[in-house]
Amino acid sequence: MWAIFKKEVNGFFSTLTGYVVVGVFLTLLGLIMWVFPDYSILDYNFASLDQLFTVAPIIFLFLIPAICMRSFSEEKQTGTIETLFTKPLTEWQIILGKYCGALFLLFIAIIPTLIYYYTIWQLGAPQGNIDRGEVLGSYVGLFFLAGIFIAISLYASVLSNNQIVAFLVGALLSFMVYWGFQFMSTIPFFYGGIDDVIQKIGIDYHYRSISNGAIDSRDVLYFLSSIFVFLFLTHQYLRGNRNQ
Amino acid sequence: MKILSGFMDNYEGEALVNGLDIRKHSLQIRKLIGYLPEHNPLYLDMYVKEYLIFISSIYKLDDIKNRVIKIIELTGLVKEQHKLIRALSKGYRQRVGLAQALIHDPEILILDEPTTGLDPNQLIEIRHLIKKLGSEKTVIFSSHIMQEVQALCDRVIILHQGLVVADDKIAYLDQALNNQREILIELDRPLSETWKLAGLVQVLPGSSAPSYKLIFTKTDRDPRPEIFDFVVQNGRKIIEMTERKSSMEDVFQKITMGEHVGNI
Repeated sequence: MWAIFKKEVNGFFSTLTGYVVVGVFLTLLGLIMWVFPDYSILDYNFASLDQLFTVAPIIFLFLIPAICMRSFSEEKQTGTIETLFTKPLTEWQIILGKYCGALFLLFIAIIPTLIYYYTIWQLGAPQGNIDRGEVLGSYVGLFFLAGIFIAISLYASVLSNNQIVAFLVGALLSFMVYWGFQFMSTIPFFYGGIDDVIQKIGIDYHYRSISNGAIDSRDVLYFLSSIFVFLFLTHQYLRGNRNQ
Repeated sequence: MKILSGFMDNYEGEALVNGLDIRKHSLQIRKLIGYLPEHNPLYLDMYVKEYLIFISSIYKLDDIKNRVIKIIELTGLVKEQHKLIRALSKGYRQRVGLAQALIHDPEILILDEPTTGLDPNQLIEIRHLIKKLGSEKTVIFSSHIMQEVQALCDRVIILHQGLVVADDKIAYLDQALNNQREILIELDRPLSETWKLAGLVQVLPGSSAPSYKLIFTKTDRDPRPEIFDFVVQNGRKIIEMTERKSSMEDVFQKITMGEHVGNI
C-alpha cells in the first residue's frame, strides 16, 4: 500500500497535475473570497470563514473527479492493472494506496487556506474575534467531504476505461450524494413522511452539522461509513476486473 | 499464464505452482513468480529507474538501490536508466519489462510472447538473455515463433484449441514425429532410370535443373552416400544435395493439423 501511495503522490507532483490542482483550487478560492465583491469577505463585514466552507465543496465537486478520473481508468486502459494484479498486492492495498494518495494531495491543497484563517483573525474587531471551534469543525467537515468525494470518484474511475466518462460519472455521483438528497427532500411528496431521512442520507446535512463546530460522533460515523461503502463498491468491481 | 501469474482467479479445475494451490496461496505464489505480460504494460510517465524502484518497493525488497543497479546492468539498460519509459524503443521497453519481472529474483519466470515486435538484433539479445536466465531459473515461455522455441526451450507443450496436444522434451518430440528423412538433390540432367533406393521420390517442379525430393523411412543410417553412388553410376552429376531438417514448425503443423499436412 505504501508503495502505491508513494507512486500516486510522485505521479501528482512529477507531472503538472498536482500543481495545477493546488493552483486551481487556491486561485478560485482566493478570487471568490477576496476579490469578487458578491462573496468577498471584505464586503461581508463579518470576521468568519463561512465563504471558504461554502465555496470549497463546489470547487471539489469538479476538482476531485478530475484528480481521480485517471487512477483506475488509465491503469485499465494501458493494461498496467495487470502488473499490479500479478504483484503480491491485495485489491484493498491498491485501492487504499490510491485513496490515500489523492487524500494527501487534497490535504496539501487545503493547508494554505490556513493563511485565510490568520488573516481573518487579524482583521477581526477586536483582533482574534473568530469562532475557533466552528473553524476547526468546518475543516474536519471539509476533509471528510473530500474523503467521500475521492471515494466516489475512485468508484467512478473503476467503472470505465474512459477517463472522461469516469470524470462525468464521478462529478454526477458526488453532486447527487452531496446536494441531490437535500433537494430531493424538498419534493412535496415526501413532506411529513421520510423527507428528514432523505435529507440525512445526503452529505450536506452532516457537513453543515459538523461545520457548526460540534463534532458529533453520528456525523463522523456517517462520513466514515459512506467512504467505506464507496471503497467497498470499488473493491467489488475491481475484483471482477481480474477475469475480463 | 494469466492464471499462473495470479491475474485471473475465475477458472475451473486446479492450478498448482511449486505444489501450492493458487486459489489459496495467491499472494505467496506471486512473490515466487516474475511475470512479463504479453503487451508489456508499463507506466509511460515514469523514469526507468523510478519504475524499477517502485516495483521493488511493492515486493518490499531490502537493499533496493543495489538491486536496481544490478538488474539495470543485467538487462543492459545502463544508458537508458534515466530516460522516461515513454521515450524508449520497443526493445528497450521489453527489457524494462524483463527487469521488473526479474527484480525480486524469482524462482519462476513467466514470459508471455516476450519477443513480439522486436527487430532482429533486439530479438537475439532478448533471446540470449532468456537463455542465460534459463540456466538458473524455471522459465515458462509462450511463443508463436517455432525457431525461437527450438532455440530456447528444453520442454515443449503444444496447445491446440485449448487442449494439450503434445508435451515432451524437444528432442523426443522431434524424433517421434520424424521417422523419415527428406533429402533434396539437384542434378545436371534428368534421370530417367527409376530410383531404386528411396521409398518415395517426388520430382520437384520449377528450376532449370531437375530436382528431386527423396523421402526415406529408415532413419538409422544416412542414405546420402548411397544416393551419391547411385547418381554417379547413372552418369549424372550432383549439383546440390541437402537434407531437410524438420523444424518445430513441421512438428507443430503435423500435430495440430493431423493428416492434412501431406496434401497441402
